[in-house]
Amino acid sequence: MDFTLDKKYEMAQTLFREFAQNEVKPLAQEIDENHRFPRETVEKMAKYGFLGIPVAKEDGGQGCDPLTYVMCVEELSKVCGTTGVIVSAHTSLCVDPIQTYGTPEQKAKYLPDLASGRKLGAFGLTEPGAGTDAQGQQTKAVLDGDEWVLNGSKCFITNGKEADVYIIIAVTGVVEKRGRKQKEISAFIVEKGTPGFTFGTKENKMGICGSSTYELIFTDCRIPKDALLGQKGKGFGIAMHTLDGGRIGIAAQALGIAEGALETTINYVKERKQFGRSIAQFQNTQFQLADMATKVEAAKMLVYKAAMKKAQYQQDHKTSYSVEAAQAKLYAAEVAMEVTTKAVQLHGGYGYIKEYDVERMMRDAKITEIYEGTSEVQRMVISANLLK
Amino acid sequence: MKVIVCIKQVPDTKGGVQFNPDGTLNRAAMLTIMNPDDKAGLEAALRLKDQYGAEVTVLTMGLPKAADVLQEAIAMGADKGVLVTDRVLGGADTWATSTTIAGALRKLEYDLVITGRQAIDGDTAQVGPQIAEHLGLPVISYAQEIKLDGDSVIVKRQYDDGYHMLKAKMPCLITALSELNEPRYMTPGGIFDAVNAEITTLGRADLVDVDDSNIGLKGSPTKIARASDKVRKGAGEKIVPDSPEDAVSYIVGKLNEKHAI
Repeated sequence: MDFTLDKKYEMAQTLFREFAQNEVKPLAQEIDENHRFPRETVEKMAKYGFLGIPVAKEDGGQGCDPLTYVMCVEELSKVCGTTGVIVSAHTSLCVDPIQTYGTPEQKAKYLPDLASGRKLGAFGLTEPGAGTDAQGQQTKAVLDGDEWVLNGSKCFITNGKEADVYIIIAVTGVVEKRGRKQKEISAFIVEKGTPGFTFGTKENKMGICGSSTYELIFTDCRIPKDALLGQKGKGFGIAMHTLDGGRIGIAAQALGIAEGALETTINYVKERKQFGRSIAQFQNTQFQLADMATKVEAAKMLVYKAAMKKAQYQQDHKTSYSVEAAQAKLYAAEVAMEVTTKAVQLHGGYGYIKEYDVERMMRDAKITEIYEGTSEVQRMVISANLLK
Repeated sequence: MKVIVCIKQVPDTKGGVQFNPDGTLNRAAMLTIMNPDDKAGLEAALRLKDQYGAEVTVLTMGLPKAADVLQEAIAMGADKGVLVTDRVLGGADTWATSTTIAGALRKLEYDLVITGRQAIDGDTAQVGPQIAEHLGLPVISYAQEIKLDGDSVIVKRQYDDGYHMLKAKMPCLITALSELNEPRYMTPGGIFDAVNAEITTLGRADLVDVDDSNIGLKGSPTKIARASDKVRKGAGEKIVPDSPEDAVSYIVGKLNEKHAI
């Protein structure tokens, strides 16, 4: 096993790092403060292909792999958690399921626009009564002639109002499984602007404040029959498989936030003087930094491993990366929370002030333990595999 | 249209600068970047490609490691890379460098050659115009803006108190300023292509019409007496005068002392 990165990954890392420093970092504080979606950054990222990294060139993407995509989310998140999740939700939750389950017509219709960033993607699974309990879906889709009629609502949707293409999970009937009645769940592609598709409240969040998080409302929203993604009744599997990939993206976001906080803190403790010397000279600081760096490195190994497993899946369509994705997300998210909290502590009073990046990083880190499956859900996934 | 952009791998001034015992730079030991003026030249060529359609070849002379900047250029959108590398070419000054690059260019097809104005390591601004002299090409230096007009280029040349608009028939050579434009980033897909792209390597034997007496350290008339890293200036003198009058007379005294007034 070789832990050295190939030349192409080194170059990609340099690219993402330069882009993050020059284009993303200068906006991070302002978009957080004003809860403003960074449309201009999305346009720049689109220009350089960041919105179609793991998409084949013939589908309008960059023809790279999951590891390159993970590095992109990681580097963006080092300076801005909001920008990281915009790319992650778009790529993992919208582009990926169309790539995996779309018909040739659906791929031809959506992938070139999504991969080039002309259009932005989102994913709607969560409902007020269906978070971790994804089976608790209420949104319904009923076939009426040549159209599906959607009714219901989705909440906490990332890229909410800013997206153009949405993957929506809805109940299409009732089926009997092992003598029990269960909801039949299917997935659909819904376009912004479809009559009956509107937006509800914008969420006022603790962190990733520049991210556009909205409620999606469907009132007799009619979409064509061929907007069904994958087979009817396979929506739950599609959603779960999509989230496996999404977790790698969020793990990369968490990893980036942790790395960003660590780098910022290393610089700060060298500058900050107390009792006549820099606080980097105190053993407590040194030991804290050592722990933070070690955990960040361990998280990075898990995240990169999960990305490489997904790459393997893309080759053979067999390899499961569900456990690796869950482990990467669980660990990276908890490390992000721990490292950012320690970063704030090492900054002392200044760490609690909004002018300092670590304050934002700590707020941004928290969501990584919650969305795309809470840490508890990740533990369920991991242990279920151990005890099967 | 065929454009060749000459680019150089230079030390990243953010990292440390290291020297060989003979006073030349120890390029193998330093972090490196694409020279900023050259990068602007490359961007200008890529814009010509976007606007008019052109084949952009990047050419560099250096250690095998210099292929890195060619890959970076290809990842930005250049079509081909040419590396001129040979042990006998090492230690070249501007004369030997321009002779070598001209020898390589004689082997290649081009309508336009673009170089950076100067490299941040040597800061001479000589290589571009010297290449043009060797090849008998018209040269327009300090380009701020480049446009095509049929088989000619129209260049806005920066000048101390304004600018000149110059027109030259191709083939010709232009030296670019970093102010010319904001170079684009690489793209992820471009990087994946670049690492697999074939780089043409030229050695001493491939150079056309070049005499041995004009290449490498031996062919370099410039002799480096001494080279040093940037020396940090001291903190300076701090004076707290009692009154504005004292301050003025102190400053006037100092200026007199240095024969400034």
